[in-house]
Amino acid sequence: MSRRRGGAGERTPAAVAVVALVALTIFFVLPLAGLLWRAPWSKFGSVLGDEQSRQALRLSLVCSLSATGLSLLFGFPIAWLLARTDFRGRSVVRALAVLPLVLPPVVGGVALFYAFGRRGLIGQWLEQAFGWELPFTVWAAILAETFVAMPFFVITVEGALRGVDTRFEDAAASLGAGRFTVMRRITLPAIGPSILAGLALTWARALGEFGATITFAGNFQGRTQTLPLAIYLAFESNQPAGIVLSLVLVAVSVVVLAVVGSRVFAMRDRVVTT
Amino acid sequence: MTGAGLDVRAQVRVGTFDLDAAIAVEPGELLVLVGPNGAGKSTLLRAVMGLRAVDGGRITLAGETLDDPEADVFVPARRRAIGAVFQDRLLFEHLDVVENVAFGLRSRGTPRRAAREIAMQWLERFGLTALARSRPAQLSGGESQRVALARALAVEPRLLVLDEPFVGLDATTRVDVRRELRHHLAGVAAPRVLVTHDPIEALGLADRIVVLESGRVTQTGTPAEVAARPRSAYVADLLGVNLLHGTLRAATLELDGGHPVAVVNDDAITGPATAIITPRAVTVHTVRPQGSARNAWATTIADLDDQGERVRVRVGAPVPLSIDITPSARAELGLVPGAPVWISFKATDVAIAAE
Repeated sequence: MSRRRGGAGERTPAAVAVVALVALTIFFVLPLAGLLWRAPWSKFGSVLGDEQSRQALRLSLVCSLSATGLSLLFGFPIAWLLARTDFRGRSVVRALAVLPLVLPPVVGGVALFYAFGRRGLIGQWLEQAFGWELPFTVWAAILAETFVAMPFFVITVEGALRGVDTRFEDAAASLGAGRFTVMRRITLPAIGPSILAGLALTWARALGEFGATITFAGNFQGRTQTLPLAIYLAFESNQPAGIVLSLVLVAVSVVVLAVVGSRVFAMRDRVVTT
Repeated sequence: MTGAGLDVRAQVRVGTFDLDAAIAVEPGELLVLVGPNGAGKSTLLRAVMGLRAVDGGRITLAGETLDDPEADVFVPARRRAIGAVFQDRLLFEHLDVVENVAFGLRSRGTPRRAAREIAMQWLERFGLTALARSRPAQLSGGESQRVALARALAVEPRLLVLDEPFVGLDATTRVDVRRELRHHLAGVAAPRVLVTHDPIEALGLADRIVVLESGRVTQTGTPAEVAARPRSAYVADLLGVNLLHGTLRAATLELDGGHPVAVVNDDAITGPATAIITPRAVTVHTVRPQGSARNAWATTIADLDDQGERVRVRVGAPVPLSIDITPSARAELGLVPGAPVWISFKATDVAIAAE
């Protein structure tokens, strides 16, 4: 039991506290207050009962959860390669893997379009061979969200894998454990909290994804119109639904992040201190 | 050579460091590997355990070739059946004690319940039954050391490797762990290799000592041989000590020659024992000393060996001892071979180990 946040009896410097409070107010409290201030409380029921809103909400959940699942499936091997193997060009691979973090999502959408679109690099071949048309389908929305959100998972898990003391894995191997057993019984329990944290971040990013989705998947109600797209549309046409849906998105995200986040950090603290 | 024991000739290059060492351990034998930090002890152990392949040489255990680059043979760690007690124990923190001990069995395909039953038997043997459901973080240093040993032995290893099992334990725990380890190791038939920086352990436990320095074996011998004739300054400092064999009764060690030596016998050991006295713990006097040292007797100087910063004095009957003094002390006392002197050392400066 060694690492605790802030030493015993250590007081928070006043200047730090003031700056933190101001920042919290400007960046979090005020924008949220703005939303609440304009919220058409009487229209909540009708907006949420509206078919378009419900479709957008459902689609958002389906797409963001699918994107999170795909990130787990594809992101873990990438993170493992980056953390555990030494190969030429690893830094290039890492740069590629996290590029979507810094790329404007619209650019990502355009790039996806020219790769998987009807006339895209792979897309034209996919269409000829299988008759598959990716753009403007729900698959496109999932792909766009995965593209944007997966780097969060990769960097979180890569960092965690690097932090694992490999001597424990050696100990397990010397006791007769094969690679799969070592991974399942030693490595994964050690990085479990980080995997959950990575999944939470990835899911949150996917849920809020807008630019790449609207570029690559379009804005079709019931098919690719996720919550952020529906909100944008409603806001443009000055409908109260925009604010209501925004608040729903905020509420869902805050609740999930608070629940998952607190548990994850509690677990992490426990893992670190034992 | 394909004996029943461990036979190693390992050439390993790590960056600019180059290890080229040969060791052999017979079944039932306990080999102690000593050497300064960076001498290659860990690299050698990793090669033996299969956590690293040798670049040249050959490793055989119980007649099976484990690593031979020329024959293109490399048995991975998980199939070597080598039990290891690691530095820092390395118990799996997220598993309880019984699962830690059962880990090796389960990894080798024993069903969960059977593995736990066998693990419980090992816990009983090590007096750990009450701690079966504890997490490693809740154990004391001595307890986790016992769990680590039980975990290593539960797979019935063909070789037992102990890498500095005393590091990180406080002085009191060390004494307990040492006694327990001695007790439990005595029942192991497999060849054993122990790495340590603890001279009492090295001399007290070893059947044979191998000294590794800068990637080469610089000395091999029984504890008595190495202690009597250390071949390097490192070995002299660590193991160049006086070993006295005798029989312990309460606070007195009756030497095999009949001379009594006063000791502190905290563990209330009775029977055959070895006393370890470092050369710098002994004082040379020209007259009979009047002090608190419980051990003092008259003797004569056999020879003096000037080693620069210190002079190693050897005295003869009744108890031959090596003593380190400074050159200025030698000059002041006018010590020459054949001169009659008194020597003294405190009972508290005598380390004892049961045989």
